[in-house]
Parts: sequence; structure tokens; C-alpha cells
Amino acid sequence: MDNLFNLFVRSIFIDNMIFAYFLGMCSYLAVSKTVKTSLGLGVAVTFVLLITAPVNWLVDTYMLKAGALSWLSPQLADLDLSYLSFLIFIAVIAAMVQLVEMVVEKFSPSLYNALGIFLPLIAVNCAILGVALFVQEREYETIGEVTVYAVGSGIGWLLAIVSLAAIREKIRYSAVPKPLKGLGIAFILTGLMAIAFMSFMGIKI
Amino acid sequence: MEHSNKYIFIYSLVMVVLVAVALTIVAVQLKPAQDNNIRIEKMQNILSSVNIPITGVPKGDVINVYNKYIKTAFAVNVAGEICETDAEKVFKIEMANELKKEPAQQQLPVFVAVLDKGDSAYIVPLRGKGLWGSIWGYISFKTDYNTVEGCIFDHKSETPGLGAEINQEWFQKPLFGKKIFDEKGELVSIGIMKKGQPKNEAHDVDAISGGTITSKGVQKMIKDNLTSYQAYFKKHLKS
Amino acid sequence: MSDVKVKKEKDPWFSPKNLSLLKKPFNIENPVTVQVLGICSALAVTVQMKPAIVMALSVTIVTAFSNLIIALIRDSIPSRIRIIVQLVVVAALVIIVDQILKAYVYDVSKKLSVFVGLIITNCILMGRLEAFAMANKPWPSFIDGIGNGLGYGIILVTVAFFRELLGSGKFYGMKVIPDAFYKAGYVDNGLMILPPMALMTIGIIIWIQRWKKPELQEKN
Repeated sequence: MDNLFNLFVRSIFIDNMIFAYFLGMCSYLAVSKTVKTSLGLGVAVTFVLLITAPVNWLVDTYMLKAGALSWLSPQLADLDLSYLSFLIFIAVIAAMVQLVEMVVEKFSPSLYNALGIFLPLIAVNCAILGVALFVQEREYETIGEVTVYAVGSGIGWLLAIVSLAAIREKIRYSAVPKPLKGLGIAFILTGLMAIAFMSFMGIKI
Repeated sequence: MEHSNKYIFIYSLVMVVLVAVALTIVAVQLKPAQDNNIRIEKMQNILSSVNIPITGVPKGDVINVYNKYIKTAFAVNVAGEICETDAEKVFKIEMANELKKEPAQQQLPVFVAVLDKGDSAYIVPLRGKGLWGSIWGYISFKTDYNTVEGCIFDHKSETPGLGAEINQEWFQKPLFGKKIFDEKGELVSIGIMKKGQPKNEAHDVDAISGGTITSKGVQKMIKDNLTSYQAYFKKHLKS
Repeated sequence: MSDVKVKKEKDPWFSPKNLSLLKKPFNIENPVTVQVLGICSALAVTVQMKPAIVMALSVTIVTAFSNLIIALIRDSIPSRIRIIVQLVVVAALVIIVDQILKAYVYDVSKKLSVFVGLIITNCILMGRLEAFAMANKPWPSFIDGIGNGLGYGIILVTVAFFRELLGSGKFYGMKVIPDAFYKAGYVDNGLMILPPMALMTIGIIIWIQRWKKPELQEKN
């Protein structure tokens, strides 16, 4: 339990998707103009991560890794399909996003109204593929770890985009140097926030 | 333009087959070169753990240097008996896989290096967990099976500037000359202590400030792996 | 496409129009600083020059060839599965690049780790495929891919240059700041190695670029 909680806190604050790895920057910069839309996108990202990361982990563990197919037949124990992992991951993500979109549309029109426009954007959000690849690289062993890490990363991303949006709403009234307006100041703000987030590195749980 | 479902279906089928064939060809073609890289890296690590300078040596020559210094390799079991003497088979043993097995079935590799000064050194592989992912390394002992001759660590994804520093010389060097057994011949391994904590000069070194969990991971890795080896080590221990 | 009539209408290979496709991404249409594409995956590899250059080349190769392939088959792609087709082409190319890196520049490929895979979701790729390759002939698309890949690469390498120089006193892995400086009390700026400074450096690059070219400045 301790381990999972630790992982959760770390993935939100310390190994933040935006501040430490710059993942999902495109939509982060493009959508962070108002708090409301960025909140919607953040929730959608977390939601999609919650679904895709465990699925990708299962696919990786039982299909792609060296020897992963040995449950099918002992002869396949030597087979290593890990070179296909990029392709399979992105396919799983695209398919899951499509599926989520359809399910949400059918069962919860209100949620669909809130998230719907963001869902297609998410298939190509680097943070989603990034989490799948980090999970593979760090060799998480249980599905619990994977889920916790995925949700933590999603919340971390949400936190980052909402904070940036809140600052950008206010900064409109400040005298930003002309060449820095918009994109430039967004980068510098993100840098400053990242420095602030680094102070979490010292925390111990 | 609009296409029929049949067209879409056949289109995707053809695409998938084409892509799969292309990727498989590439993967199969490049596999030997990739495996060779991994092999050479392992040799480099083993050599570095006995402080043989290997950086800058061209890839093709690493094998020669390796064969020059590492004359024998064998594997032992937890009872301390030698169970495999084919050097090539021993080289292929992956510590990560061995640690997943039942202790009785583990094959634990030992590489014997003959150093320039004429002494032998005994190298054992290490494998453990850091903060984020796997950490691994090699540690070598002098002929007394007690004093550390050298060591090397590496990591998959520790935090840069903090935990990631375990692969730096400043972290590894203080371990040289430390002892893993106490006067009574009990395994105490190496302690990696936060700065300021009381240290036993014979066994303990400084941790990385800010990288405590990774440092503790290294400590646990050394201790855990050596525990498997201790029966073999105790047989040969000279105090 | 092979009949003579079409060939006559074709631009020469390095016509001014095609050359401008190559040049534009370096300044007024830079994918990173102007089009805001593809910041995602790559900043994490800008601590040193060498991985940054390899990354830039990989991205250029993938953009150029995915643009070329998609432009070649653009008329046959069913519009309903367009995005998936694009993703598959891109992912396949990235896997090939990744395999080649692992086989020939193993130490760099270890440094790049997951970031090679993340080229797939680099927005430059999908952005250029949608905006250019789906509507243009193969050759201009190929050039457009190279231009955008390099335009992205130049930012990457610039950031890496400053971070490596100021952060560890090195240029492409070689010590360039003389020992005398360190003796006189100069210290490498450790902050430059950490992630936040990559963002700051880009912010400053954008600042300088838009100060030189006021037409790029945002209005509100």
C-alpha cells in the first residue's frame, strides 16, 4: 500500500508529465487559454489513461514481451514481439479512445457534451503513449502499480494544464513584452512552475 | 471520396500485412547487431567493475580485452557448489531471470578476472530495484572474497542529477576497499548511509543527497544478491 | 501518374517553390516556435548535443518518409480510416528507426529511451500529414517533411547547445570551458541540466525570434 501511495504522489508531483517530461505539450499549450476547457481536457486525459495504460500493460505482458506468449504454448517461449510494441500501443490507444467515445455518447450524453470534443484530440496526445512506454520501460510488475501510475500521471497533467490556464487568464491584464505575448510567456511560465514543482523532490513519504 | 466498407476492410487488411512483413524483415535483419551491442555492453560492464579502462576502446576490440582478462567463469548455486562451468553459458545467464526462480534452482554467475598485478578478482552481477525501475551492476572482490575491488552500477530511469548519479564514479569509488563480512565472518554487506548518520568505516559509504530511495535500492540490491552468494563466499573467505 | 503530360507540368526538382518549402520552416514557419507543434517528446533529450542531433535526424527521416508515403497513397486512403492509416505508417517508420538506432548507435538509443517511440505522437508528423501531404504531390511533400524535420531539429540542437554548454561546460561531449575558469571560481549551472530550463530556453528563443520578426507577434 505504502508503495502504491508513494508512486501516486510521485507521479503527480515529481515525475510530472509536463514539468519533468514535457509530454502532451501540444494540447497543453493550445487548450490552456481558459480554465474551463482545460479542466475538461485534463479530466478526459486522466480518464483515457486510466483505461489505456492497464490495457497496454496487459497486451505487453501477455503478448509482446520476450516469452510472453508462453501461456499459449511452450513453443512460443522464445518469441519476442517487443519490436511491435509502438505500433500495438498506438493502435490500442486509438481503438480505446474510439470505444470510450462511443460508450460515453451512448450512456452519458452530459459527460459526452463535456468531454466529447476533446476525445479525438487525445489519441495523439504524447502523454498517453508516453505513460504506456514508461510503464513498459520501468517494468511495473502488477496491474495495480500500472493503474495508480496512470491515474497519478493524468492528475499531474490536469494540475499542470489547469494552473497554466488560470495564470494565462490573469496575465491577459499584465504588460507582457510584445514579442513574448502568447506562446513565449506560456513557455516561461511553465518553466517557472516546473522550478516550483522541483521543490517537491525533497518530500519523503 | 467515399469508399465502400469492403474497400476499407481490404485496404486495412493489405496495409496491416504489408507493415507486419516489412517490420519483421527489419527486426530479423538487425537482431544480430542489436544482440551484439548488448553483449559488448555486458563485457564492458564486467571489465569496468574490476577497473580495467574500457571507455574509448573500439567495439571490435572489447571482446579481445575481455578474453585477455576474464579467463574463467562459472555459476554457483545457493548451497555454494559450482553447478555450471561453461563460460559461454554462464555469460548468457541473466540475473533478472535467476532472481525470479526458486532459490534452489538459481544459477549465480561468478566471473574470474586475472588483473595486471597478477591477482585474481571475483566479479558477481547485481540486480535490484531503484526508485523508478530496475538498477543493476557488477561488483568485484579481491582474493579474500571480502574486500571490494571495484564496482559499477547503472539504472533504467532514475531521476537525473539525483538517483541517476549511481552510475557516476564519485558514488562508486568510495565502495572500493570496503569489506562485506565483519570480524566474525557474518555477511553485513555495504551500508549506504545518509550524510551525517553514524558510519562504520569498514562497511559504509555516503548516500546521494536527494537520492535516498535509489541509494537504499543499491544497498538492498548488494545485500540481497550477496545473500544468495554467501554460502559460496563463506567457503572461500579469508579473514 | 507516369504519362508525359503530367510530367511536363511538374516543377523542376529544386524549383524556387520547392526550395521555399525547405527554407520556411527555419524562420517564419518554424514548427516549434510558430506552428506550436511537436514540443512534446523531444525537450527531454536536449541535455546534451549528441542525443539531440540523433533525435533531430530521426524526426526528419520519419517526417520526410511518412509525408512521402502518405502523399503517394493519398488518393487511395479511405477518408474514414485516414487517421489510423497515418498512424500506422508513422508507427512503422518509427519502429524501423528505433531498430536501426539500437543496432548501430546503441549508447545513444539508450539515452533516447522512450522518446524515440514518442516520435509517433509528435504533433509535427500528424500536423504535416494532415495539412500538407494529404493535399500535395509526393516530391513537395518529401521536401516539406525534410524542411519541417530540420526546422524542428534546429530548435532542438540550439536548446541542447546552451544547456550542455552552460550546464556541464561541454560542447558535443568535449570540455570547452578551460580549467582556469573553474579555478577562478566559475561553476557549471546545475539548473540548466534540469527540465525547467529547457522550457525557459525555448521561451527565450521565441522572444528573440518574435522581436526580430514583429509580424509573428500575437495580438492579444
